[in-house]
Amino acid sequence: MELSQAFRDGELVQRVVKEIRRIVTRDWVIMEICGGQTHAILHSGLDQLLPPQIELVHGPGCPVCVTSLELIDKALAIAARPDVIFCSFGDMLRVPGSNQDLFSIKAAGGQVRVVYSPLDAVKIAQQNPDKQVVFFAIGFETTAPANAASILQAKAMGLKNFSLLVSHVCVPPAMHAILGAPNNRVQGFLAAGHVCAVMGYWEYPPIAEKYRVPIVVTGFEPLDLAQGILMTIRQLEAGTHSVENAYQRIVSKEGNQAAQAILRRVFKPVDRNWRGVGTIPLSGWGLQPEFAEFDAENRFDVGHIQTHESPLCIAGEILRGLKKPIDCPAFATLCTPAKPLGAPMVSSEGACSAYFRYHRTQETT
Amino acid sequence: MCLAVPGRIIEIYDQNTLRMARIDFGGVIREACLEALPDATVGDYTIVHAGFALNLLSEEEAQETLDALREIGEIEAELGLEDEEISSRDV
Repeated sequence: MELSQAFRDGELVQRVVKEIRRIVTRDWVIMEICGGQTHAILHSGLDQLLPPQIELVHGPGCPVCVTSLELIDKALAIAARPDVIFCSFGDMLRVPGSNQDLFSIKAAGGQVRVVYSPLDAVKIAQQNPDKQVVFFAIGFETTAPANAASILQAKAMGLKNFSLLVSHVCVPPAMHAILGAPNNRVQGFLAAGHVCAVMGYWEYPPIAEKYRVPIVVTGFEPLDLAQGILMTIRQLEAGTHSVENAYQRIVSKEGNQAAQAILRRVFKPVDRNWRGVGTIPLSGWGLQPEFAEFDAENRFDVGHIQTHESPLCIAGEILRGLKKPIDCPAFATLCTPAKPLGAPMVSSEGACSAYFRYHRTQETT
Repeated sequence: MCLAVPGRIIEIYDQNTLRMARIDFGGVIREACLEALPDATVGDYTIVHAGFALNLLSEEEAQETLDALREIGEIEAELGLEDEEISSRDV
């Protein structure tokens, strides 16, 4: 639509970048939480336009990347069963488990299907009553409403052959974990616009206050990102730390309350193990007891899972903003999108994949 | 994966207990769940992620943001300070 085009206006982006250059006086480290924003920043070349004082570090907002290895191995075990049609977002297919990935299960004859929406998986369950249909329900607060809707629909339809393998994660606990770490470098946050479209930003003022960091809700077009960075830098230079909204056409402070009500009905907060980061208390969502029958972990006994992570992969440090993909000795040599050692190299939101696709060499000199 | 695409609602209906809509994404028509937008009507713009409409898009707010951003640097440009400022920082 026309409005989206307006937020890609290169001339206007340049103007905002000039303003950033004009006001910046010292070095600052800003983290964009969302991997979609990491890709948008590198794809648009915005990182190259910014003054050298501003370092953007890339956050853990890549659901595929933070899904625990144990859960991926469980997914692989379930997907390999002959009675199962395993549905997933396409991003997950090449994410390495301990020994293989979903793509290799599919190649070996497993019924693995890529779907655009979990509601498509419900349709597949309806059309295949003799099969168990499992959807790999990964994602942050943005994706959780769609997954919740699939459960509500399956329950209303009385489907007995549909379940979710749930790996939902939430942004605010991850921000606490990053900011509270002794080696934290992040001084300001771009909050993920579409997470906030659902959740609003009422959860963020206590975080801004506790760690004294500005947090700016930011969208995904180049102009949105430039604006979010400008507002963060203005606050950093002024020594303030409030929560601001640079994505007002989509996000309100309270968020979408109907969506939040759906989430509360279907999910409850649970401890979640983030791949490469570790367990963060109450950082994820699991199914409420009312919907336990739709939990694939209850429905399928996959036995003991012994995980094995590549010793070369530094994804955990990258996801916490401590290292960049180009700091990894395996980057673009032993680890490529065709042969990944870790999830950030395959996901369309992974920082390693963004650097592999878009990174210009000048930053490495 | 948290990318969401803006589109215009062209039809609203119920399907298997869910409020659904047909959305026009610049000529490509797809279905999305409208459960979280009880007040949405045909003609509204929304943003859709994984087949779920997350929120309505305010054209008014979009215009206000663009207008505000267009004003950035106007004063410097008028005073002829803008380019000098940049070039001194570039080196």
